Amino acid sequence: MNDTIAAISTSLGVGAISIIRVSGDDAIEIVKKIYKGKDLSSVDSHTINYGKIVDNDQIIDEVLVSIMRAPKTFTREDVVEINVHGGIATTNKVLELLLLNGCRLAEPGEFTKRAFLNGRIDLIEAEGVMDLINAKTDKSRNLAINQVSGNVSNLITDLRQEIVNILANIEVNIDYPEYEDIEVMTIEMVKDKVNYLRNKINNIINKSEDGKLIKEGIKTIIIGRPNVGKSSILNRLIEEEKAIVTDIAGTTRDIVEGKIILDGFILNLIDTAGIRNTDDIVESIGVKKSLSLIEEADLVLFVLNNNEELTEEDKEILEKIKNKNSIIIVNKIDLEKKLNLDNNLNIVNLSALNNIGIEELKDKIKELFKLDLIEQEDLTYLSSARSISLMKKALIAIDSVEEGINNNMPIDMIEIDLKNVWNLLGEIIGATYEEELIDQLFSQFCLGK
Amino acid sequence: MLDRNFGDIMYEIIVVGGGHAGCEAALASARKGHKTLLVTGNINNIADMPCNPSIGGSAKGIVVREIDALGGEMGRNADKSLLQIKMLNSGKGPAVQALRAQADKITYPKNMLNTLNNTPNLEIKEAMVEDLIVDNNIVKGIILEDGEKIESNCVILTTGTYLKADILIGDTRTRQGPHGEKPSNFLSEKLKEYGFNVIRLKTGTPQRIDKNSIDFSKTKIENGDNKYLTFSYDMEPQYKIEEQVPCHLIYTTEETKQIILDNLNKSSMYGGLSDIKGVGPRYCPSIEDKIVRFSDKEKHQLFLEPESLYYDDIYIQGFSTSMPIDVQEKMVHSLPGLENAKILKYAYAIEYDAIDSKQLKQSLETKVIENLFTAGQINGTSGYEEAACQGLIAGINASLKLEGKEPLILKRNEAYIGVLIDDLVTKGIIDPYRLLTSRAEYRLLLRHDNADIRLTDYGYDVGLINDDRYNKFNKKKNDINELKELLKTNKITPTKDTNEYIESIGSTALKDGITLYDLLKRPEINFDHIKHFIKIEYDNDVLEQVLVSIKYDGYIVKAEKEAQKMVDLDNKKIPDDINYDNIHNLASEAKQKLKQIKPTSIGQALRISGVNPADISLIMVYLKKEYHYENR
Repeated sequence: MNDTIAAISTSLGVGAISIIRVSGDDAIEIVKKIYKGKDLSSVDSHTINYGKIVDNDQIIDEVLVSIMRAPKTFTREDVVEINVHGGIATTNKVLELLLLNGCRLAEPGEFTKRAFLNGRIDLIEAEGVMDLINAKTDKSRNLAINQVSGNVSNLITDLRQEIVNILANIEVNIDYPEYEDIEVMTIEMVKDKVNYLRNKINNIINKSEDGKLIKEGIKTIIIGRPNVGKSSILNRLIEEEKAIVTDIAGTTRDIVEGKIILDGFILNLIDTAGIRNTDDIVESIGVKKSLSLIEEADLVLFVLNNNEELTEEDKEILEKIKNKNSIIIVNKIDLEKKLNLDNNLNIVNLSALNNIGIEELKDKIKELFKLDLIEQEDLTYLSSARSISLMKKALIAIDSVEEGINNNMPIDMIEIDLKNVWNLLGEIIGATYEEELIDQLFSQFCLGK
Repeated sequence: MLDRNFGDIMYEIIVVGGGHAGCEAALASARKGHKTLLVTGNINNIADMPCNPSIGGSAKGIVVREIDALGGEMGRNADKSLLQIKMLNSGKGPAVQALRAQADKITYPKNMLNTLNNTPNLEIKEAMVEDLIVDNNIVKGIILEDGEKIESNCVILTTGTYLKADILIGDTRTRQGPHGEKPSNFLSEKLKEYGFNVIRLKTGTPQRIDKNSIDFSKTKIENGDNKYLTFSYDMEPQYKIEEQVPCHLIYTTEETKQIILDNLNKSSMYGGLSDIKGVGPRYCPSIEDKIVRFSDKEKHQLFLEPESLYYDDIYIQGFSTSMPIDVQEKMVHSLPGLENAKILKYAYAIEYDAIDSKQLKQSLETKVIENLFTAGQINGTSGYEEAACQGLIAGINASLKLEGKEPLILKRNEAYIGVLIDDLVTKGIIDPYRLLTSRAEYRLLLRHDNADIRLTDYGYDVGLINDDRYNKFNKKKNDINELKELLKTNKITPTKDTNEYIESIGSTALKDGITLYDLLKRPEINFDHIKHFIKIEYDNDVLEQVLVSIKYDGYIVKAEKEAQKMVDLDNKKIPDDINYDNIHNLASEAKQKLKQIKPTSIGQALRISGVNPADISLIMVYLKKEYHYENR
């Protein structure tokens, strides 16, 4: 853990200047070995110094070197940033020199990892930084920035404070049972507060699921029998929105063939390879497989032909997607209507051939995921699966609190579950310390012997 | 193992100080068969209660029971000296109930002295201790004020508030201990020279009023419980319910508040004295502190507590102050019923030296000097019960060390005593430390009712619980299991009679058969109802144990699961020879604290404030790499 790491921290080849970041105990010493100019060990911290990078006597580049000494740096270690004059060759050469002189190439996210391990940022912020690095759309970038700046931490810290207030009041009733000066926390009062907490936590979870959508995109599957027009519809969507290059390796186990950005949101089209090549998902991989795909998807687009009647398979799929986010696309409305559908279904009538109804489809998707609302709200939510799952555990603990209340348990038993909620929230931001509670107890209540 | 051939050693263990810690330490050591000397400045002050006349209270009452289960004396002694006793929090759950007694300030010390005098292997000497004999960082005895040296294998310091004690009243500072006793002027200086960090603490005590000058008609009476109670598991009640002495409740007045505000700058703490260094207890602020900090409160509660049947002093709980005496007169006379009160003793604050408890091991042996143990207020705690339990543990562990055995270290999920000592040695203190239920993470496991179940085995193993008592204890444990089994094997069915009875007691009729064990899980059902179905002949405390374990089963299981996580971390030992300098990237604050506190386990390290989870993961990585550390 103690070694010094280096990496190019700007996109290679883009822009006139590249920055190489070095972090670790020996950062300054190592850079000194390849640097000609002022003595870097004696310059003030947080200064920018002009000089040259040399390989033995050969000058590689004129550079600006920022010296930032621990602990006021991103990693809380000594950090040196070398501003090189762009160009892949020069930048790589400088990095190579650093590695030759004792640096190790940083693993992805290692600077952030160090910042976390050294207590510079909390878990949520660390997650945010990682998200920021991986952000693909402006919305996900905003979301990540919100995490980095600690908005999410603040939200949870506030929630925990509310709980600490309740806990402290209960505790003080226990420790000073005869003091009437102190408000006695009754079951009714706890009940009210628990409802309040439940709403807050629910709200964060709901928003967070949105956050997950923003960050990871909406897993979308287009299914339907052969020749209903799946690929035409896909192509229309892609034409409209310009698909992101199709060679992006999926970050999940899904093979993501196409990505469409819909008003700033990503639609990940799952396994469209099958659809596009054979145009025949149901036949080629069978109903069973398509059903399992449906299971995994956030959104199912089920395409039917206006000109054909429903088959048994169609009915089976309709039944299956009843409880999913799904849109039934009735394609080929230019042809004679032979299809009979229940009007209650979420239907878009469309003609891919004539480019009719594509806008309605997009609106429908936005409506389904309330994308407009997400856009309007501030982007303060949890976006990691870890945080969301802890938050859901907190909700379960809230249920236990309520169960205790309903079973007439004494308040000090109920408090055990409430404390659990507090601990779980603390786990999300990586901070749980009991002293908080004791301090609260003393600062808010008037006690004495 | 110690060198028993060192000179002509007269004593194996010397206990310095005869307060609540000293008494327990000396008794434990002597009862374990070690030749023990208790040195005290004044034999008449042995087991003295210089502050409030009560034993127990929230959390503290549970500690008294823990002391009793381990074979200590405080519970028994309190039971012999009661003026009144009650169960606190009886309306709340079983985890937070605790006993509190008013104890007679004459009888309590007298009974304790009697016990000490009748304990074999124990001698008492009246003298002031001003230095230690220390050789190679190992303590070898004590040096008295007159230069006399007394040698021993171990020394236990229980000096209370006597180290460089200053009494503060208004603008006067007087070098003296409680009751004007002589303080120890040099011992803390010597401790500093030996390498202890000496800190200054402060506490205070309110006025004592002549009972005959109080108009009790203006007060509200507070009686003891209408049910016989004892601290000790091994004592029959020594009092009569109807003869309990009441306390009385009054409130401060608008006038009291005004007097305090008008004279604030005369209080020692608010400018009367400019050289106050001692940090006072947060949980026990002076009345001027309360008025200033909670200025929106119109009135504050005060309890008038009798000190003894043998004299007339009434203690005003909640009125501690360091105002000058003329202001104290006015303050007292502003209270309802006390308009003509005669003040017998004025309130005062006391400043004293203590050592940094982070320099102690979990056994209460100091890290600075081997074979030297400390207990009670010298370790920064406050309260008779906190002192007594440390004295007991120090006495036990000094003895165990002499015997070449491992120390008795109670875990946080085993006893409040474990919580207290772990807090002291791991977190250290800023203000005098008082036990609170909120300091215990697993308080559902640390109940008043199960202290014997938790700790009697330890008491027996160290030799402080005799066979007779241990057999009784084992019978109780057997009875508990037997009764549970009985309840599990007896089933009732939804007959007409049964359901009529069940509905008559406000419960819901049965649909299927149910064991009595499951029936008892219903909140409204208790053993009186169960007795309708089967004959139950067990002691009340057996019934209580079984009832609690059935009713709160779900919560107890949760607490045990949480506690297990902590135990797992506590079982991950950190080797003694670890060099934190070799762990790079440790935050410097964490490194400094780890070096100072030398935690023995990952669990303890995690509890040090300033050591964050990231530091812990670095230590784990290091241990795995350097010590081929597996999850031991």
